[in-house]
Amino acid sequence: MIVEDKLKRVPVREQEPAVRAKNFDEVCLGYNLEEAMAEATRCLKCKNPQCQTGCPVGIDIPGFVKEVEAGNIKGAYDVISRYSALPAICGRVCPQETQCEAKCIRGIKGDAVSIGKLERFTADWARENGVKPQGATEKKGQKVAVIGSGPSGLTCAGELAKMGYDVTIFEALHEAGGVLVYGIPEFRLPKDTVVKAEIENVKSLGVKIETNVITGKSVTIDELMKNEGYDAVFIGSGAGLPKFMGIPGEQANGVFSANEFLTRNNLMKAFRDDYDTPIFKGKKVAVVGGGNVAMDAARTALRLGAETYIVYRRSEAELPARAEEVHHAKEEGIIFKLLCNPTEILTDENGWVCGIKCVEMELGEPDASGRRRPVVKAGSDFTIDVDTVIMALGTSPNPLITSTTEGLESNSHKCIVADEKTGQTSREGVFAGGDAVTGAATVILAMQAGKQSAAAIDEYLKTKRA
Amino acid sequence: MYKILKKEMLSDNIVLMDVLAPRVAGSCLPGQFVIVKCDEKGERIPLTICDYDREKGTITIVFQTIGASTKLFATYEEGDSFMDFVGPLGRASELCSLSDEELKKKKIIFMAGGVGTAPVYPQAKYLHERGVECDVIIGARNASLIILAEQMKKVANVYITTDDGTLGRHGNVNDCLKYLISEEGKTYDLAVAIGPLIMMKFAALLTKELNIPTVVSMNPIMVDGTGMCGACRIMVGGEVKFACVDGPEFDGHLVDFDGAMMRQRLYKTEEGRAVLREKEGSTHHGGCGNCGE
Ligand SMILES: Cc1cc2nc3c(=O)[nH]c(=O)nc-3n(C[C@H](O)[C@H](O)[C@H](O)COP(=O)(O)OP(=O)(O)OC[C@H]3O[C@@H](n4cnc5c(N)ncnc54)[C@H](O)[C@@H]3O)c2cc1C
Ligand code: FES
Repeated sequence: MIVEDKLKRVPVREQEPAVRAKNFDEVCLGYNLEEAMAEATRCLKCKNPQCQTGCPVGIDIPGFVKEVEAGNIKGAYDVISRYSALPAICGRVCPQETQCEAKCIRGIKGDAVSIGKLERFTADWARENGVKPQGATEKKGQKVAVIGSGPSGLTCAGELAKMGYDVTIFEALHEAGGVLVYGIPEFRLPKDTVVKAEIENVKSLGVKIETNVITGKSVTIDELMKNEGYDAVFIGSGAGLPKFMGIPGEQANGVFSANEFLTRNNLMKAFRDDYDTPIFKGKKVAVVGGGNVAMDAARTALRLGAETYIVYRRSEAELPARAEEVHHAKEEGIIFKLLCNPTEILTDENGWVCGIKCVEMELGEPDASGRRRPVVKAGSDFTIDVDTVIMALGTSPNPLITSTTEGLESNSHKCIVADEKTGQTSREGVFAGGDAVTGAATVILAMQAGKQSAAAIDEYLKTKRA
Repeated sequence: MYKILKKEMLSDNIVLMDVLAPRVAGSCLPGQFVIVKCDEKGERIPLTICDYDREKGTITIVFQTIGASTKLFATYEEGDSFMDFVGPLGRASELCSLSDEELKKKKIIFMAGGVGTAPVYPQAKYLHERGVECDVIIGARNASLIILAEQMKKVANVYITTDDGTLGRHGNVNDCLKYLISEEGKTYDLAVAIGPLIMMKFAALLTKELNIPTVVSMNPIMVDGTGMCGACRIMVGGEVKFACVDGPEFDGHLVDFDGAMMRQRLYKTEEGRAVLREKEGSTHHGGCGNCGE
């Protein structure tokens, strides 16, 4: 395959919108070997690669792309896996357009190189061909406990295991993966083929995973360190606590947090007939919010058969979701009600949702975040008839750990206070990272934090050994 | 895997099981609960901890076979294992935060309705172990639904009452409380009411009249039990609370029972279930807890 126009990226195959709106199979089908090699030829092999500076875990991007171009996919995988434990996941869910691809020099005149799709191709190829990451050769003899099995915990655990530490992950739910399994839907991130396989890779490095353990309840951090002999702890417990708006009608039957809706469908697999989990298949669903969570909830509701609205109070430019998700959502027929804010959820005489009352907004002066503040247009009330409302307004960290670990400092947002570079908390030997520290953010930032903390834990344990 | 070491039928449809779960048994306190999932494809079902043995590492659960999942649980025998068993969840009973001295000063009445007797037992036992006497009213529709009476008698003064008079006094738990106060001259400065929502609602109304501070234990629909989904939200004193992390025990005089019943009506009434069947379409597998499909 020859790329005629080097300014254009090799298009990636996707399921047709009309077809995929009715199934939970993956939307993006990814490159094949030929397409990937062709796309890789578009890399300019810059002396001073900017893309790499845009990657939170600093992957040697030109290094792996060069191997893809040569058709040496195992070589490409070896390069990536030196930096990232979860490439098949990152290739699918990272906001590349604001990271590596945003810095790509090719992107100044034409399309940036499809770095994300190449990463995904490389990782998928490795999985399909049984290539595993390299484990540790010698053991350090010290034990580290990792709380939570989301991206930050998995990355921290994987890194430490590669260095030879004895690592155990403690997970509250019955399955490992955090948001990767309970939040992000199958059609974006297949669970059995992709997520489970990457978790198996982490386990193959020697990491043990104990599910059904709620730290702070089943066992405290102090008990882990004092009674179970852990020399250091990494907290990667995420930000799972959903927010509600506090508007009238929010207690009605048919109002869900996006977490509940998504957990039922993803973790508990309500969409599959062979599972016992029930889920509301609304006929008309309003999802409130504009982030990835809102897009996922809306596209899930759509696939379950509903006419689906996104209700967001700012304009399209401010939608915090990944560009690809917004694009896919529109293609699939999600109706966007932008500059529109709910004021009340209407209920029928039995307490069921029957509509959502909104006001129109317009953008005023920029606020502290630099985004223009939405203000209400007077007299613009209107109602959308819906039978289900899903709130996707963001989440905050759960206070379970901070409230049961003495001396572990948290801030007014309930986030654990930790050093930006090392994850060191106010407690000796205890490190933290990911959403638990930053509030809801991204997979890759959580991985970056896990990776940095692994390095800091290694330093800390070195001095303890000496 | 969490092995079932003992199984006993307390009535036709109420089952007791001892399950090996050392981490839970090592850290739980009265008032807390667990979530049980029997196999890969099952639902996560919350059940109150009825007793625990730190040495043997076991937790006792008691459940009524109401819906598809609890019926499936009931088919498990001694020697079988549940796939997932997580806990302890929720906050411990407030009694656990009081010193023995403070506890001894308190005159406590427990009002237990039906399967609600199970979560009352560990609290009464906890008090008994600290030399604190308490009264327990166990109420149910009829004699066959009175459970754990013998165990309870070992740790508390027990008053049994049935709606149809087939065992103990004739009447409901409220009638019994009124009787204890007016006829036996009892006074109480704390009531703990645990049972069906409607029973807790009326118990709280009565104790409000009687000026007795009252704790109730809420059991709404839950998914994760860790504060992550908000399915378990209820209104308490005008604020949204998550029963799984802020509770399950709350001030009975502040809980919005009507709101909680409206949410529960989905699962417990014929119309509610019909609506669910429609809204859930092919994903409705008896999750309403009643149709057993
Ligand atoms: C904290 C707590 C403690 C409890 N302790 C005990 C105890 O000690 N003993 C006892 O017998 N019982 C106890 N219960 C009650 C027990 O959980 C129920 O009796 C049991 O769930 C009923 O059994 P089932 O499947 O068979 O459940 P169901 O009635 O099916 O349970 C409710 C299920 O319905 C679901 N559901 C169905 N449709 C929907 C929908 N559309 N939207 C949202 N959710 C839906 C939920 O997912 C939930 O899993 C407790 C409950 C709680 C919350
Ligand atoms: S059960 Fe999910 S938040 Fe309580």
